[in-house]
This record gives sequence, C-alpha cells and structure tokens, in this order.
Amino acid sequence: MNPLIERLQHLSRRQFFGTSGLSAGGIAMALLGGQARAAEAKRREHPPLPGFPHHKPTAKALIYLHMNGAPSQIDTWDYKPKLVDHLGKDLPDSVRLGQRLTTMTSGQGKFPVAPSKFKFERSGKCGTWANPELFPHTSKMVDDICLIRSVHTNAINHDPACTFVMTGSEVPGKASIGSWLAYGLGSENNDLPAFVVFTPRFPAGSNGQAIFSRMWASGFLPTKYTGVALRAGADPVLYLKNPDGVDRTDRRAMLDSLSQLNEMTAEKFGDPETRTRMAQYEMAFRMQTSVPDLVDLTKEDKKVIESYGPEVNKPGSFAHSAIVARKLVERGVRVVQILHRGWDQHGNLPKEIGNQCKDTDQPTAALLADLKRVGLLDSTLVVWGGEFGRTVYSQGGISKDSYGRDHHPRCFSMWMAGGGVKPGTVYGETDDFSYNITKDPVHLNDLNATILHCMGIDHEKFTYKFQGLDQRLTGVEEANVVKGVLG
Amino acid sequence: MRPIAAFGVLLLTLPAAFAEPVRFNRDVKPILAENCLSCHGVGKQKGGLRLDTFEHATAKNKKSDVAAIVPKKPAESEALNRIFSADAKELMPPPDSHKKLTDAQKQVLKRWVEEGAVYEPHWSFAPLTAPPVPQGAANPIDAFVYEQLGRKGLTPNPEADKPTLVRRVAFALTGLPPTPKEVAEFLADTKPGAYERMVDRYFASPHHGEEMAKHWLDLARYADTHGLHLDNERGVWPYRDWVVRAFNANMKFDQFTVEQLAGDLLPNPTKDQLVATGFNRCNVSTGEGGSIDSEWYFRNAVDRAAVAAETWLGLTAGCSQCHDHKFDPISQKEFYSLYAFFYSSAGSPLDGNQLYHEPSVKLSTPEQDKKLAEFDAKLKTLDADIGKLTKYADPALVAAVAGPASQPNATDPEASLLAWVASRRGANNAKFPKPVADLFTALGKDKQPNPQQLQQLRDHFLRAIHPPTKDKLEPLQKEREAVAAERKKLDDSIPSSMIFRDLPKPRQAHVMLRGDYSKPGDKVEPNTPAVFPKLDAAGRPTRLDFARWLVRADHPLTARVYVNRLWQQAFGVGLVKTSSDFGVQGEPPANPDLLDWLAADFRTTWDVRATFRRMILSDAFRRSSKATSTLLAADPENRLLARGPRFRLDAEQIRDNALAVAGLLDPTIGGKGVKPYQPDNIWEPVAFTGSNTQHYKRDGGNALYRRTMYTFYKRTAPAPYMTNLDAPNREQPCPKRDRSNTPLQALQLLNDTQHVEAARLLAERIVSEGGATTDERVKFTFQLLLARAPGEKELAIVSGELAKHLEKYSKMPADAAKLLAIGERKANPKLKPNEVAAWTLVASMLLNLDETLTRN
Repeated sequence: MNPLIERLQHLSRRQFFGTSGLSAGGIAMALLGGQARAAEAKRREHPPLPGFPHHKPTAKALIYLHMNGAPSQIDTWDYKPKLVDHLGKDLPDSVRLGQRLTTMTSGQGKFPVAPSKFKFERSGKCGTWANPELFPHTSKMVDDICLIRSVHTNAINHDPACTFVMTGSEVPGKASIGSWLAYGLGSENNDLPAFVVFTPRFPAGSNGQAIFSRMWASGFLPTKYTGVALRAGADPVLYLKNPDGVDRTDRRAMLDSLSQLNEMTAEKFGDPETRTRMAQYEMAFRMQTSVPDLVDLTKEDKKVIESYGPEVNKPGSFAHSAIVARKLVERGVRVVQILHRGWDQHGNLPKEIGNQCKDTDQPTAALLADLKRVGLLDSTLVVWGGEFGRTVYSQGGISKDSYGRDHHPRCFSMWMAGGGVKPGTVYGETDDFSYNITKDPVHLNDLNATILHCMGIDHEKFTYKFQGLDQRLTGVEEANVVKGVLG
Repeated sequence: MRPIAAFGVLLLTLPAAFAEPVRFNRDVKPILAENCLSCHGVGKQKGGLRLDTFEHATAKNKKSDVAAIVPKKPAESEALNRIFSADAKELMPPPDSHKKLTDAQKQVLKRWVEEGAVYEPHWSFAPLTAPPVPQGAANPIDAFVYEQLGRKGLTPNPEADKPTLVRRVAFALTGLPPTPKEVAEFLADTKPGAYERMVDRYFASPHHGEEMAKHWLDLARYADTHGLHLDNERGVWPYRDWVVRAFNANMKFDQFTVEQLAGDLLPNPTKDQLVATGFNRCNVSTGEGGSIDSEWYFRNAVDRAAVAAETWLGLTAGCSQCHDHKFDPISQKEFYSLYAFFYSSAGSPLDGNQLYHEPSVKLSTPEQDKKLAEFDAKLKTLDADIGKLTKYADPALVAAVAGPASQPNATDPEASLLAWVASRRGANNAKFPKPVADLFTALGKDKQPNPQQLQQLRDHFLRAIHPPTKDKLEPLQKEREAVAAERKKLDDSIPSSMIFRDLPKPRQAHVMLRGDYSKPGDKVEPNTPAVFPKLDAAGRPTRLDFARWLVRADHPLTARVYVNRLWQQAFGVGLVKTSSDFGVQGEPPANPDLLDWLAADFRTTWDVRATFRRMILSDAFRRSSKATSTLLAADPENRLLARGPRFRLDAEQIRDNALAVAGLLDPTIGGKGVKPYQPDNIWEPVAFTGSNTQHYKRDGGNALYRRTMYTFYKRTAPAPYMTNLDAPNREQPCPKRDRSNTPLQALQLLNDTQHVEAARLLAERIVSEGGATTDERVKFTFQLLLARAPGEKELAIVSGELAKHLEKYSKMPADAAKLLAIGERKANPKLKPNEVAAWTLVASMLLNLDETLTRN
C-alpha cells in the first residue's frame, strides 16, 4: 500500500482518539455501555482507497460461487441437442483442430462424442435452455440470470486454472479478486472482515480436487486483505472463542488494563502502530459477539431458512454458507466467496454431477431469491462457475448413461446475477460440440474486468506496483468489460 | 546515554556540501522524476521532448530548433528558460499540473547544466566505488547518517536505555528475548565496550544462524511441501539446516552464493555443497495428472532464473519472460539467457508427488555409513552360507525333467531336487506358488525353462520341500530377514535432500514468444545481461560461471542488494525500500553514499557478520525510537534515521518469545519439520483427497515447543498462526514481509491454545519463582518480558486486574480448572489453581502488550 495513505489512516485513527476526549480505556468502558457508538460510526475500519470507486457501482457486494473442479458445461448450461447424432462417434478433426489435450487423454486412440444424458428445457419467461433434472431450483431462476456460454481460460490443469480464475495468473503469488476488492473498496462493516471465504463440505463420493489458500490470499497486496475463512464449529473465525474458563467479563477486565498500559506506551514512543493495535484489540472483542450473531440462524424467518433446503442448519454445508453469505452482504461485507469442491468428473459423470448439484442447487436458487426478498439482489453481484470446462468427448469408456469428461479450457459456461447484469439473457455461443467459441468470447480477464466494472472500478486504473510492474487483476494483455452482459 | 558529540561539529561543516559538484543521481534525477518525467520520459513525450537521457535532452526540437538542455549554457537551455519563466503560459511544470519547483531545486538544475549536464547511468548499475567517509564519527555508518541529518537539519534522538537495547539486539540477532541473566550481565557491565560485548555474545549464539536463516529462507521460498495440486510432503529440510549452519559459521557470502546456485558443479562436491543446491529446488512443483512436461520444464526454469535474479541482483527479471523489460536494461533474450543456466535440470519436470523428487542426496553420517557397511558385510556372509546350501547345477535340473523318478527326501539335495521335479511332471501343481506351478505347466508342454524360472523352482524346492536343507536354511533365512529389516530401518531413518544437477547433455533453450512455453523463438545460450560486467567462461558458460560472476569483485549489484537486505533486517526497512527492485522502477536509496560505502566494503571481504555487526553497533541502530511530533512531521517514515527502529516482531518471534518466557521452548536446532498445535480443519478443507498432507496429525511432547521456524510449512494451507502475522506462504520469494496489525492477530494471541498454554506456564513460573507479593511478581514478569521494571502506575494497573481475576477464580474453581487444562503440559499440582488461573490471564495480557510484541 501507498505509505502515505497508510499514514493518513493512522493519523485519522489517531485523530479519532485525540478529539473524542476519551482515553482508550475509557472508550472500552463506553463501548460496554454502548455510548461510543456515535463516535464509532464516523470511523471506518476498512476505508476505500482515495478516488474509489472510479464510477457509480451497480454492485456494492460480490458473492462468488466457485464450483471447484470444473462442472461440465455440456451437462449444465450449454445445451447441445445435435450431439445425440454423434453418440460414440469420433470427434471430427475439423472441430478439434489439433488443439492440445491433457496427458490424461492425449494418448487415447479415439475421442468418442458423449452427448449429455440430461434433458434440457426452455425455462422461465426468458426461455433460457436449462437443465431441470440437475437444477430443479436454479432453472426456475433463469429470469434473474445472465448466462455466459463463451468463457475461456488459459490453463488446462486444475492448479494453474484455479490460480488463474481467482488471481488472473497461473503462477502463484498474485492477489485474489476478493483481496483486490477489499483493498480498493474497503468494507462498510467495522466489526467483520471485508472479505469472507467459505470452504463447505462436498458430497462424499465426488472427486475433490485441491483448493488453495492462494485463491483468497492477498498475494503482493498487504496481508490484511486476505480473505478470512468462516468455518464450521465452535470458532467460526479462527481463535474467536475465549479459552475455556474465561468469560466476557474476564476478557473485558483484561483488555481494559491492556489498553491502559498500551496507552502509556503510545504516549511514551509516539508510534502510531500502538494505537492502531489498541483499536484492533477492541475490534477483536466486538467480533466475539458480531460473528456468532452472524452465524446464528435462530432469528431468521423459518420459511426463508427452509427455502435453502435440508442442510441449511448444518454449519459447514453449502446451504449454511449460502444463507450466511446473504447475512454478510446485508451487513456490508464486500466480498463473499464460497468454494464448493468435487466437480472434477473424469468418469461416472452423470451420477457424480447429480450429487454435486443436489448439494448446491436449492441453496443457490434460494440465495438469489433471498437477496431479492431483502432488496439486495440489485446491489449484489452473484457469480457462478468453475475454473475451466470439460470435453465433449468421453474420457475412457462411454455409454448413454455413463461417461467422463477431461479438462477443456477453450469454452465453458458461467453465470452472473444481480448488481448490474442483464437478467434473463444468454451471452456468447459455442459450436455444436461445445468445443470452440463461435460468438462473443469472454476471456476470464474480460469477466474479471466486468466484475470490477460492476463494482465501480476501472480495471485498467486499478494497479499495484510489484516486481517492477503495475500489477492488475486482469493481466498485462488487453481485457475488456463485456458490455453485452451489463443491464 | 552516550552524548552525540560529533553531531554539532557536522552542522557547522554543512555549507561545504553545497560547494561540491552537483551529482545527477543524487541531486538532479529525483527532481526530474518528481516533476518532469511523467510528461517528458519513457512513456510520454509531450511536445516531442524527453528529458531522461542526455541524447534526447540535448537534441534540437524539430519544430522550434532549440534544445531543452545545452550543456554548460544555461541561458541557451530552453528547459531552464521555461522553468524560470514568469509567464504562466510558458512556465514548467505547468501550473495546472500542481507541481512546483522550489527555488533551491531550480538552482540545482541550473548548476547541473552549468557543470555540463552530466547524466549518470541508473545508480545501481553504475560501478561501485566507496565514497569518502565524512568526518565526525568512528563508525562510517554514523558518519554518513549524521552528515545527511545535518543537511536536513534534524536532531537525532539520544541512545535508548540499556534494557531496550539488550532486547532490541537479542531479537535482531537471535529472534529470541534476552534471558534475565543476559539482561543482568549487560546492566552490570559498566565498563566501556559493554554494548559491543553484549552484541558479540548474541552473535556467538547458535540461534543467531536461525534468525539469519529465517530471512534468507523467505527469499529461497523454502517449504516442506511441493506447493501445487496434491501439495505432498517434500524432503528438502536439510537445505534449511544448511542455511542455519552457514550463517552460524559466518560463511563468506561469495561461497554462500556459489554453493547454493552451483554447489553441484564444484570439483568433488561435498554432501553439504550438494544440499546447498536445494536453493534451486525450492520452487513450487506439480505432479498433477495430465500435466505437460514441456510446460513444466519451462515454468521451473523461469522460476529459478527469476528467483536468482531477484535474490542476488534485486531485479524483477521475470518481467522479461514475456517482453523486453520496459524500464530495466534486460531484454527478453537476456532473460532467456539467464533461464538457459537452469533449463537443463536433471530429473523429471513433474515431481511425481514424491518425497524426494530426484535428484537427491542421501545424508548418512560416517557412523551410519559404518553401520550400514557392517550390515552389508553380515548380509554377504549370510548370503554365502545360504548359497552353499542351495547351489545346484542347471544342466542336471534340466535333465531331471526327462529323468526317472526318485525320492524327494533323499539326503543329497541336488538329487532330491531332480527327483522332485521329475515327479511333478504332469501332476496337479496348483498348490505351489504361481511361478512354480506355471513352470511345471510349461515343462509339461516341452517348453525350455529360463534361468530365472529354474532359480524360482530350485528356491522353492529347497525351502519348502526338502526337509534336511529346510532345517538348516530356515534359521539362516530368518537371520537374514532380521538383519535386512534392521538395515532398512536404519536406511529409512537417514534423510535425503533434494538437490540440483544438470543433465549430462544440456537442453537447447529458446526465447519463448510472449512467455508461452509452446512457442519457442530464437535459440539462446546461457549468458548474463550486457549491462553488467561481461561473463568470463571457458566454453559454454555454466551455472558455476554464473554464480561466480554474481560475486566477482566488480559486480555492481550483488553487494548493494545484500547489504540492503541486512539493513532491512536491522532497521526494519532497507536503505532501498524496494529491497528486491533495484531497477529504475524501484525506490532510490535513502542515503546513496552510505549504501555504496557499505556495499563496497562488503565486497572486499563478503563477511556477512562484520557488515551486520557494523550496523548493530552504529549509533543509528542504538537510538531511542521515540517519535516526537517534530520528527514525525519531518520524517514520518524515519528514512533519515533520527530515531531508532521500532516495529512489530515477526510471526516466529512472537511465538518463540511466548514459549521462551514460559520456559517451554525446546531450543533444538534443525531437523524435520514439526507439527505443533494448530486449529482443526486447516488442511482438510483444502487438501486433495489423495494428498499425504491432507490430514494434520499434531505432534506431541517437545515438538510442540520447538522454534517456530521448524513448523512444517505446507504451502497451500500454511499455519494460520504464521500467516495471520504476515509470514509468507513461500510459493514465491518474499523479499519483505508486511507488518499488518489486525483484529485476527489479537484473537490469535489471546485465544490460541499455544499462547494460552504459554501464559499458563508463565503464570506457574511467576507464582513459583517470582516472589511472594504481588508487587514482586509483577516486577519479575516485567523483567522477564520487557527487561525492565514496571512503573508505579503500571504496577497499580496490573495488580488491580489481578485482584479481579483472583476474586473470580476463587469463587469459581471449575473455571480455573478448565483454564489450567488447556494444552498438553499438566498443571503443577503444588500451586493453587485460583492463583495460577488469575496469573494466567495477567500473563496473557502482558504477552499481548504492544511493548511485548514490538522490537523497540
């Protein structure tokens, strides 16, 4: 971060303490009584960078549903009715065009075409082709969804592709999209982190690829912009709970003397960091109530809870993560990322993808409906998708009901909803084999540029100097906001 | 406190500084960069003007036919006319740019033109010579610092008090707090040189190498897993220990460089020199199914070349992977010439998810070698004895296939065998092991057995069928199995370490167009960038030539870069703030002459410790860190060093400190990574199901209390108590850690099991060793944690808090019991639980003091 900005922030904090006429201990006491709230409201723990946003945002928050392992576009969102005629026949060379394959299938003698075994239907008022067998709930939400069938990426293996989809680079070390947004835009909430991450459970029989903390890490940005994982269990945020035998009154007493002693240090050495530290201990204390309150569903409307499906009351499930995502956005958190694993179907695809969808479909649809209900869908951008697509040809054996698909970076489907995207539309086309893009390609860098645009950021002006380069989320090559998906 | 007598003298000598000639890099370039080059530089050339090179600045403008700069002729220099213009339309920089030159800056530019408008090459590429040391201070560092402070009119702080100094030095040199004994020894030493003696005690500590290594391992991107996809365990920790030993032995930096980059190419390399090449193996690697070899040859070599350039040259050479560097003189071709040094690595480019992704070296000790040789000799004897019992003649056996039947239990094993074989012809042989049964079937079909089959047949017969042989053979075989198992046990206990080696025949490297592994362009040979002194090599240059080139006597960068890293260690921020970017885009040094002097001096000896010691002994390092409002306003970031360094401890130091003061720390140096307390579900939610680092199995006993640098480093899910406090994930080199200040850190330091346990053990220590009264105990704790006594007010605050906790835990013994049960160490039953519990909270509070968490 720019040291000047950092310093201005220190100074503003200092000023707050200086002008409020309260010692830090006093503030702590006042907090207990709730008197300092008005003063607190003036201060933002996560301020935006000066000059941000660049333009009026259409989305204030981002919920990114990452389907890790790469869902097959052919079986989910890219309807290809003509494939039935090619069942088991070799993929024509005129389609493959000698493009590279992974070494898992490059040795295969044949590349037999595997049509999807699922039935697609025109859905919603907009008539988008959807798969109600796999998505009985989400298919009903297509009027809110902008489907992009022409996304493409650079990488062909999971690790580099996952790193690319979240950081715009195949090589580890760059900042994740959530960290970029937290850095640029800060957050409206003082008591919660600006960027929150969930890594929910996934179906037991699924092929769970690895995910990587670098997908929510700050990379070259200051580490405080790293996504904070919300976890199942007693500590939704790491180390949140007081140790056994220590209650809130004990903690308060301890923090009071800590503040008093630190205040003496602050006066003695004049280091702005000391007072920042004092403020952070107070925020930690507040998080000890704000976070449990966040994951507590007892005050939620029963019908709303039920809409998320049977798993919703189990922390660590996708459904629970989804409903908490809505609560986070309500509280002004900037970015929520849910990384759901198990979508890597090299074999036995129809059965396994069914399990994956069962785990996520209802909560995903419910999240959209719930955001709409509370009036937040308009200002929240929801993104759904994996790290690449899958091949039309089967990896290994094939029958009508069972096949597998290898990695395919040249086209795949993602969708967006809410905050500024055109609802009920489809953007981009692929050929009859869902192998090559035939219209309106959207590179992941374009997609990220579009996400930033919705959040009020010009991706070309959003840079951070590192390793001698002005780093951008969208890379060094040209990337374009996809105007066609904007509402 | 030492009076700083030299300072006043310097102030008086100041005006002399203005009499010396203007220097481009020091005096002129910052003015141009700040005010002119954004419109008249590499990127933009408004009005067709460029001011960043002599050629451009002195060329006549095509339209106006005048030159911006005419050397030695300020009146004819259009740039100066515009700078001094009174006409707002003419004035440069234009008023609407909100940039304004001061009169002093204008005069500097004018004098520069008068003196010939000399441009200098970018400062870090310019030849390195030691500038003359200003008068007035014994330590050259201070001479330069005082000279600069004097020019800026700042008064430096006095020396910090002794308790602050000993704690500062202990953390800077060992990463550990000073023990009360060490503090007492320093305080008691009132003779001149006490500080130097104290410093040298810490330099002599075996923990010094650990602290130095921590910084180096951030650059080397050392970790205990491969880093990509499965992220399986990787065996390269002996390299980490090599770094610790190298620093403890004060290995000269040239040797340190050569062994890490090219130890394998030294004549008859020792095992240690091979282990050192682990530096080149610390890049992340993958074993992901479906990966394409050529992509990973490329990526591995790019990583290794870019990391070497960043570490030693402080250059962001990786930019040139895709295109010529926009700012620094490194072309794409030159980058791939560096890459070519690393492109012929032996072994598969994919790690196969193996612990030892070959090549590796086995690290047996001489005793282990001796023991292994004993086992081998024993096995040899046993094999000979077994052989005697089981010898046979092939032709006889073959003949037996067709021969007459005889009794299998005849005393002569040979005859018996033949009889047995003959007897089994055509019989049902399904009960025998498959190879034997198959052979009988084959013999039945008149197939000729091969020697291997015959051997199997014979072995089976002698072992399982023929009683007299069996009786003698079995004990021998049992013994052999036992010896072999013991040998294997020993062998398995001997670690290996991944090392770097070249293929016998080098692979041809190419420029990769746009940095794409599948688009090779022109061929390239190993070489170094042209802007630097030319590489000398007989024949095709090797990595060894490259490594030696980095530390040759006239290299302008290596020494500058490394002394700056040392400075960053000592002072928290380098003289060049961008410690891994010494290129044009990096920040210029805060005190160029000081950096050059240190670098030039370092380059004559490559003596790391001598250079670091000079920094630690400087007045600049020893100053009080007090930031007065004047100093804060004049120099908010303390670039001029009027005050001493004050910054938060590193992640490792914070945990080590807690363990040390609690008396828990196990100071063992080196060895395989350990797995101390970590919250549940850090590895599991991210790890691939087939990974051998999917499940975190916590260690017990002393492994819980080892120094934090030995915590097992899993790259895709590093320990949260490390990353929370800005330790890097080691996927890439980390030249400088952040020092963030977050609520998550507060939660961790208050609630993490290891910190609660440390507070608990510290409390036991306070209660049992700290005296009888509360006052005595508080004083004891302050001494232990902060090396100083508490003030009256502090005493009152702490005692007041203790009283509250004591009251609570006296009333609620169950809560005390719960608190005292946290962590593996059992509570001392002789102490009162309510008292220890109350002190645990006080200890935790004091461990969380800003002062405790800070190296002041």
